[in-house]
Amino acid sequence: MAALGMFDTANLNGGQKLALKYFTVALILFGAQILFGMLAGLQYLNPDFLYNVLDFSIVRMVHLNAMIVWLLFGFLGGVYWILEDEAGHPVVGLWLGNLIFWVLTLAVAVVVAVFLLVQVGPASIKTIWLITEGREYIEAPRWADIGIVVGVLSFFFNVAATFVKGRYTGIGGVLVTDLLALFGIYLAGMFYTSNVSVDQFWWWWVIHLWVEATWEVLVGCIMAYMLIATLGVRRKIVETWLYIEVALMFGSGILGLGHHYFWIGTPEYWLTIGGFFSALEPVPLVAMVVHAVFDSGVHRLKNSNHPALAWTISQAAGNFFGAGVWGFMHTLPQINLYTHGTQWTASHGHLAFFGAYATAVISFFYIAVQKSRGNVYMSGNLVGAWKWKWSLALLWVGMIGMTMALLIAGYDQSQIERAIEGSTWAGYFAAQSHPWFLQAMKWREISGWAFSAGYVLLFWDLLTVGKRETRPIVRHELAEATA
Amino acid sequence: MAQELWWASTSFWRKTAIWVTGFSFIVLIFLTFDTMKYIKAGGRNVPDYTVINKLIDYRYDDAKHHYMPVIGGDEPLFGKKLTEAEAKALVSEGKLNFQSKNCMDCHTILGNGAYYAPDLTKAWLDPYWGDKSTREQNMVSFLMNPGNQLHNSLGRRMPNLGITEEEARATVAFLKFTSAIDTNGFPNNFKPIDQSDASSQASAGASTTVDQANR
Repeated sequence: MAALGMFDTANLNGGQKLALKYFTVALILFGAQILFGMLAGLQYLNPDFLYNVLDFSIVRMVHLNAMIVWLLFGFLGGVYWILEDEAGHPVVGLWLGNLIFWVLTLAVAVVVAVFLLVQVGPASIKTIWLITEGREYIEAPRWADIGIVVGVLSFFFNVAATFVKGRYTGIGGVLVTDLLALFGIYLAGMFYTSNVSVDQFWWWWVIHLWVEATWEVLVGCIMAYMLIATLGVRRKIVETWLYIEVALMFGSGILGLGHHYFWIGTPEYWLTIGGFFSALEPVPLVAMVVHAVFDSGVHRLKNSNHPALAWTISQAAGNFFGAGVWGFMHTLPQINLYTHGTQWTASHGHLAFFGAYATAVISFFYIAVQKSRGNVYMSGNLVGAWKWKWSLALLWVGMIGMTMALLIAGYDQSQIERAIEGSTWAGYFAAQSHPWFLQAMKWREISGWAFSAGYVLLFWDLLTVGKRETRPIVRHELAEATA
Repeated sequence: MAQELWWASTSFWRKTAIWVTGFSFIVLIFLTFDTMKYIKAGGRNVPDYTVINKLIDYRYDDAKHHYMPVIGGDEPLFGKKLTEAEAKALVSEGKLNFQSKNCMDCHTILGNGAYYAPDLTKAWLDPYWGDKSTREQNMVSFLMNPGNQLHNSLGRRMPNLGITEEEARATVAFLKFTSAIDTNGFPNNFKPIDQSDASSQASAGASTTVDQANR
């Protein structure tokens, strides 16, 4: 084994080596997401920028899809990371997992190249199959959909088979069930219909049930492991909390789907059902905050990996504010009538995806780096700790700045375009050219620079953290069987 | 440890998680079947495709307390009355074009999509198109050649997406169909284009472009 602090994949088990590949691609795509976000933000300020070369639609599509893929890769990596430890057995069919990694990565590269170079196609089903599906978030052409389904299925096989051969744990049980749902729900988006209401009905099955249900539970599983790993929290406590969170998450989130069924041609009863259940959606997020704060307090914040724990705690807070508070603010139909389809949604989307998911994946990056360097010391007074602290601060300050700017833009739109002008084209542009809106777009871009700086620092830190440390990891006892 | 409290036990919460998830999902499936009755073409909220042969308006409904599409008499799109199959094919081609050109990554439709360009739910009824007599042609020419039609003080323009005339006409059909969907009053307070016969007679003979109409 290499010296402490030296980067060496020999420190990792098979699943973790694969996880490291997923994390690497995820980190790069995170950079691509930021780059294209900055370009899109710039187009708001200067509409001629890249006009008819790389139009807003394409830039924004790459911005969104890079995010979906990097988070998904982060989750896949997270699961492979914990799999052998959790199941107490080497990953079954690891060669398949490796093959699928390369297939998915290649597919992503081809899809992005086609997005950038071909961009659009004629009005035919061929375009849907080969170039773009043209449905926000799931623009990936149909051939890539099939790839995703095959990828998720083989991933499911890896995970399920490993738990079957190894030991059964609560986290494992939730994980396997959740992956089955992740696979099944994606199928709901893979068809063409000429009816836009039917289209959006099923489209939300994919978007909402992935993002607000199965992704949340997936993150719940890997964060549960994280609390055991960094703080040494007792498994029984973590798993009981996980079940509570699953009950609350699915109990509110499945019918909370109704908040997307207010205005797309769906019957009026969805206003009541969607309003009620989506108002409950913050409850599991409160539970997660209580859980994280309680566990950290009980263990007096003594932990084996400071950056990872800091990101974990910020995940609990970010998930609660971004997904919970920001979602709740405009989820009831009486306000949503005016906020639906405005920058409010962008504000909520930014804070929620970053708070709930990006933070979770970043904390896993730190766990991965620590073990790759031979379980090096990463607690208090870590050498070069300023880097992770500043990158965390810059990423969060940048994100909060963007969220607030977009929220102000959203208020402007809701008031001027929607409430006063009644959503005509003229009303839309009246709101877009109002000083409130223009100012907000400037602040969004400035905050974006802070966020980008945080990313650069994060990238640098992940390459170097622990390199000059000579101390070994501080272990905090796992009190497994003392229930 | 003292005797475990039932409400704090792992097995209680495991069972709760399973039952709650299962129950919610079954309710969702049931509601999905019911919703299909409303949103299938020709259902309670979504019209038949032949609605593109009709006059469509959008007015406040006193009984429902929200805006509703109002379907009027015959007013065939591009002056040609289509059969059910022809209308469906045209709307479908329009929607395919809508997807093939990534419209939703700048615009919203039914309020979903991106926020760089106006919502298209009621685009067919937008006063921007002038009046009834110029609307269809204005929409087609705009879609085919949007780049040189500056329509706001921001300098934001729609890119030229290589839309053919056939695609543009189909897209107009798709937007006309969409404007007839009952969306529970979204968007609220929308002020539709004047579709009275008087308005079109006033401008008959003088063909106006979108730009002229809006100055």
